Order: sequence, then structure tokens, then C-alpha cells
Amino acid sequence: MKIQVLKELNAERAARRPVIIVTDTTTGEQRLVKAKDIAADPLRAELSKQLRMGKSGNVEVAGNKLFLNVYAPTAKLVIIGAVHISQALAPLARSLDYDVTVVDPRTAFATPERFPDVPLVAEWPDVALPPLNVDHYTAFVAVTHDPKIDDPALLHAFDRDCFYIGALGSRKTHAKRAERLRAQGAKESDIARIHAPIGLDIGAVSPSEIAVAIMAEITAQLRLPPKEKEEAA
Amino acid sequence: MLNRDEDILQAAETWQKQGHGVALATVVETWGSAPRPAGSSLVINDDGTFLGSVSGGCVEGAVVTEALDVIASGQPKMLEFGVADETAWNVGLSCGGTIRVFVEKVG
Repeated sequence: MKIQVLKELNAERAARRPVIIVTDTTTGEQRLVKAKDIAADPLRAELSKQLRMGKSGNVEVAGNKLFLNVYAPTAKLVIIGAVHISQALAPLARSLDYDVTVVDPRTAFATPERFPDVPLVAEWPDVALPPLNVDHYTAFVAVTHDPKIDDPALLHAFDRDCFYIGALGSRKTHAKRAERLRAQGAKESDIARIHAPIGLDIGAVSPSEIAVAIMAEITAQLRLPPKEKEEAA
Repeated sequence: MLNRDEDILQAAETWQKQGHGVALATVVETWGSAPRPAGSSLVINDDGTFLGSVSGGCVEGAVVTEALDVIASGQPKMLEFGVADETAWNVGLSCGGTIRVFVEKVG
């Protein structure tokens, strides 16, 4: 690996931008493909598939054996609301390798006793969220049921282009939320990105089951190709 | 996923900057029950110091030896380890899998 390639790889990874290193394992010839350049790459189909799966692998192109090494950032999960569902959601997400943070300004909810081993921020979203560096590789879930907390958090998630945004509440609750967000200047396309009611429809009842429904929906968003994603939603 | 390899790639960059010869060994293919997935890597410097892993510790010694050759020659190498390997008793994978490891010089 050329030192320039290694430097670029490390810089992209530090910035949490996905990169794929393409190596011809016969000749040692190598190139670095940034996520933003995949669409214009001759190997775009193979590259986007491997990136979506977060998996490195081999392809054969015109008789050449190429190894595609995927460097994808660790996905983050930001949970707004230190509620009962979050107590089930946080450990489940961690077992799926997400870096989890729980945000809730209500100190009665955000206690280490209720959330052992989970980073907790007992601040309002305007204070709590900027230091978390919420980015595209972040799933963002708002479950407080309190518009004072959920709404500003959702606006932040729109701004950071999170790959998944979900919010707790019935269709009726969500319609009211959409109105409030619209009044605060949110774009229709952003409001449409909110998964609400949250989670895949699996008939979940208990907090743990709702957590499973949420993580299933997040996984589908992360892994399915765009068309199948629409069908799952 | 290679989330935890960040520090070792950073170490490779730092070693190179300090004037060390450095090699990068990467698992490119696995069959059967291999301990580490494709994309896992090991970085090695010319002191024989290494970070990361390409197996559960079964073949790292052999990879480091080969890596020192690669640092000296500059020519990349493909290594294969598995129970079918004739050196299985020395550096085979006890889990019964087979892995291919690509070793290249950094610089």
C-alpha cells in the first residue's frame, strides 16, 4: 500500500467517511474509492453492494481477481428519551455493534441505575447533540413523547442526514408532529423521512418487543438495497 | 466490519513516518470456520513488532516472518493457511478453516 493511500484511508476513517480499497491480489495494484465516488466508478455495482453489507470480499473483473476491502464507520445510535423502551433498545443495539448514546434532560429518567454501561447525557438536545457529532452513519430515535424534547432533536437529525430517523407515536400523534415541524421550517422531504409509527409492524407490545421492531427497521434501512427497502417499509 | 482496525492503520502510518519498514497483512478470503473475517489485518514493522490479527493467534508468527521478507523485497505475497497445508502442524488453523492472507509493503 502506498503511503499516500494509507494516509488518505486514515483521514477518511477519522472523518467517519466510508472507503473501499480495491486491490488486484495478483499484481498488488491498488486504488482507494471514496463513498461519494462510487456512483461514477466502473465497479459501482460491486462496490455499493459490499459497502451496504459492510463486508469485504473478492470479485473477478475481466480475469483479474480484485479484493474489495470495506472500511465503514461504526454505526451510532442516538436515543432521545431515557424511557422504558430505551432500556431495552440500548443493550440490543450494543449487541448489534452500534455505539449507543441516550439523551434525556429529565434527570429522573436519565440515571445510571436505569442505564448501566450506556453513555447518558442529561441535557436538552440543543446542548447534548452538537458534541455527539451526529452524522449519516447514525440512526436517530426519538421516543420521549414530549414535543419539547423530540422536536428539536428531530430537526438536528434532519440537518445531519441520519440514515435512519424514527419517532414514537401513533399516526395521529405523528400528524400533529409533522404540523409542528413544518411550522418550524422543516422540509417536506425531511418530514417524510421519519419512520412513524416507529419500528417494523410485527405486532410488538412490550418495550423489548418494540425495541426489536425498531432495530429490525434500522437494520433494513442499513442493509437492504433501495427498492427492497421501500417494500419493507 | 473493520471498526477496531483504525488504531493499527494509524500505527502503520506512524511507523512509516518514523522511518520503519512496514508491511500490511490482510485476510482476503476465508473458507470454513475461520477466526477472523476478510478485511482483518495485521501491521508489522521491521523490528518484528506487530499489531492487530489475521487469526486467533494461530498463524501470526508465520505471517510476521513472511512480512519481514516483503518489507525487504517490496514484492507483495499471497499466503494460504489451513489444515490441508503441509505445515499444518506448525502454523495451521486449529479451527479447521482456511484463510488467504495478502501481505504488502507500506510505502
